[in-house]
Amino acid sequence: MASGPNQLSRFNVTALTAGLAFLYLPIVILIIYSFNASRLVTVWGGWSLHWYAEFFHDQAMIDAAWMSLRVGATSATLATILGTLSAVALSRGAGFRGRTLFSGMLYAPLVMPEVITGLSLLLLFVAIDAERGFWTVVVAHTTLTMCFVSVVVQARLGTIDRSLEESAMDLGCGPFRAFVAVTLPLILPSVLAGWMLAFTLSLDDLVIASFTTGPGSATLPIRIYSEVRLGVKPEINAICTLVVALIALVIVAASLVSKISDARGKTAAPL
Amino acid sequence: MSEDTRHPARTANSKAATRAAPGVPLLRIDAVVKTFGRFRAVDALSLDIAAGEFFALLGPSGCGKTTLLRMLAGFETPDEGRILLNGEDIAQIPPHRRPVNMMFQSYALFPHLSVSDNIAFGLKRAKLPASEIKARVKEMVALVKLEGLEKRRPDQLSGGQRQRVALARSLARRPQLLLLDEPLAALDKKLRESTQLELMELQRRLGLTFIIVTHDQQEAMTMAGRIGVMDAGRLEQVASPRELYEAPRSRWVAEFVGDINLIEGKFDSDTEPHPAMARRLAIATGQAGTIHVAEPRQPLAKADVCVAIRPEKIKLSRRAPAFDDMRTINRLEGVIADVGYLGGATSYRIRLDSGLVLRSSIANTARLDTDAYSPGQRVVAWFAPEDCVVLEQ
Repeated sequence: MASGPNQLSRFNVTALTAGLAFLYLPIVILIIYSFNASRLVTVWGGWSLHWYAEFFHDQAMIDAAWMSLRVGATSATLATILGTLSAVALSRGAGFRGRTLFSGMLYAPLVMPEVITGLSLLLLFVAIDAERGFWTVVVAHTTLTMCFVSVVVQARLGTIDRSLEESAMDLGCGPFRAFVAVTLPLILPSVLAGWMLAFTLSLDDLVIASFTTGPGSATLPIRIYSEVRLGVKPEINAICTLVVALIALVIVAASLVSKISDARGKTAAPL
Repeated sequence: MSEDTRHPARTANSKAATRAAPGVPLLRIDAVVKTFGRFRAVDALSLDIAAGEFFALLGPSGCGKTTLLRMLAGFETPDEGRILLNGEDIAQIPPHRRPVNMMFQSYALFPHLSVSDNIAFGLKRAKLPASEIKARVKEMVALVKLEGLEKRRPDQLSGGQRQRVALARSLARRPQLLLLDEPLAALDKKLRESTQLELMELQRRLGLTFIIVTHDQQEAMTMAGRIGVMDAGRLEQVASPRELYEAPRSRWVAEFVGDINLIEGKFDSDTEPHPAMARRLAIATGQAGTIHVAEPRQPLAKADVCVAIRPEKIKLSRRAPAFDDMRTINRLEGVIADVGYLGGATSYRIRLDSGLVLRSSIANTARLDTDAYSPGQRVVAWFAPEDCVVLEQ
């Protein structure tokens, strides 16, 4: 595969190994210890699936996981709709008033510290007397993740020839029809990728969720965090392994979707 | 869903497209202005186009020709003026409600649809029955000779095939007016030439009105019945290809269309013309002496003029031709400066004794080079008064 001038030098290999180890060794250790039979987190006591069974009998933990999945799916869907619409507005409506302000405000959450986002939302929910729970977390996560969807979709829109939409209008479509018939099928892969990105972001958020959630509606990260404060149980390792697996699955799916759409756009191979 | 149902006028039914009443042009562009910021892309432009015409808008890039086309298609709205199609002002009507279709320079084929779905796209929007859509697609596929490729996607086609799909798609709705934006720019030379002929043939057979935008004058001359030459948002001249070439109305048009020799001079209206020189004018030029030209149809208003002669109208000979003919009255002596052999013709640059450089193009009618000239050779360049055009400065 790699040969000749492309061959990795010894330095490259060492640097790569060290880098990957730094990033992934903790996670690998976590995964291995989730199969530990011992009650003590740091002592190896042989292989077992005991802690996975424990998790599936821990109703509070299951509830939290279910809550996280629901929040993730709902907020990702809302964020995808809003993010796609704003991406279309930014890339197609070139000259509307306040465009710069809009794009600046849209992308602010990308760099805003989560503590500030969470705190300000909490103050808002208290001020309007909203009962904190599922929906407040959904709203908070939607504001957080919408800008990520918008970035992904806007990048894709930028590669689409504007004359495709004009051509659809020329052939009898109103602007909305042209969008649905031509633009949407072409940006669909990036819309899906944006949804998955939003979903994973929502799934692993602790800070904003802990500001905006209410009693009885803890998400999985909140639940795990509160458990860990009382001491790390091996069960936590098992849960974390499941979350890692889920996120890895979603990321692989997202990259597959965008690969497939690239292939369809470029090569002659029909699917 | 309802954009089309509310507007039955834009059905794709061929005969429903009402023929223009006699005397009314199919398209009338009336003092149209379009500005982008402070830039006047189209500047009070007026133009009539009759049904069945093949009209070309020719001009350098940035002259406003594409903006004008986009206003006809509905993608831009004029700031001032009217665009009348069959006597109805369509300037404010959005593109999807105009009985006009456009073929895009990039072809704009929908990458996610097959060839037949691309062609059927506009027909489906027109709410035609499925059987008729199928028949129409089949007819269009046959018209542009794409049989056997109906199931392919655009990325599985060659450039020439894509161009045909784009053409079929824009013709499928049987528009009263077809707009073509640089339709052949992406094709290579050989394919472009054969496609030009096919487009002309198609336009004649279907009896449609075509407006083509191009920066390629060869293309405009080959295909169009009339050409409008645009510069800086205005039409400089609207004429047939021959008239444009042989009787340019301004110095700008003369220089833009084809090659030309320009000799600046003065016209003295007081001098009585020589009796043998009836209907001819004598122009005194600084660098080429007196040049006799045919009297222009319109009397000259200004004394500062410019004599224009196309290179192929300048003949060369080794010795001065006999004075027996008025056709040889303009004769200028010089030396061949350089020679460009182009196959069908040879292009010479002649440096006159006054320093002026003339270009002459001689058709190579014989295979052997017995009558070719070589650099450094002394020659006489001569041309007939009728072959000169006098342009005001």
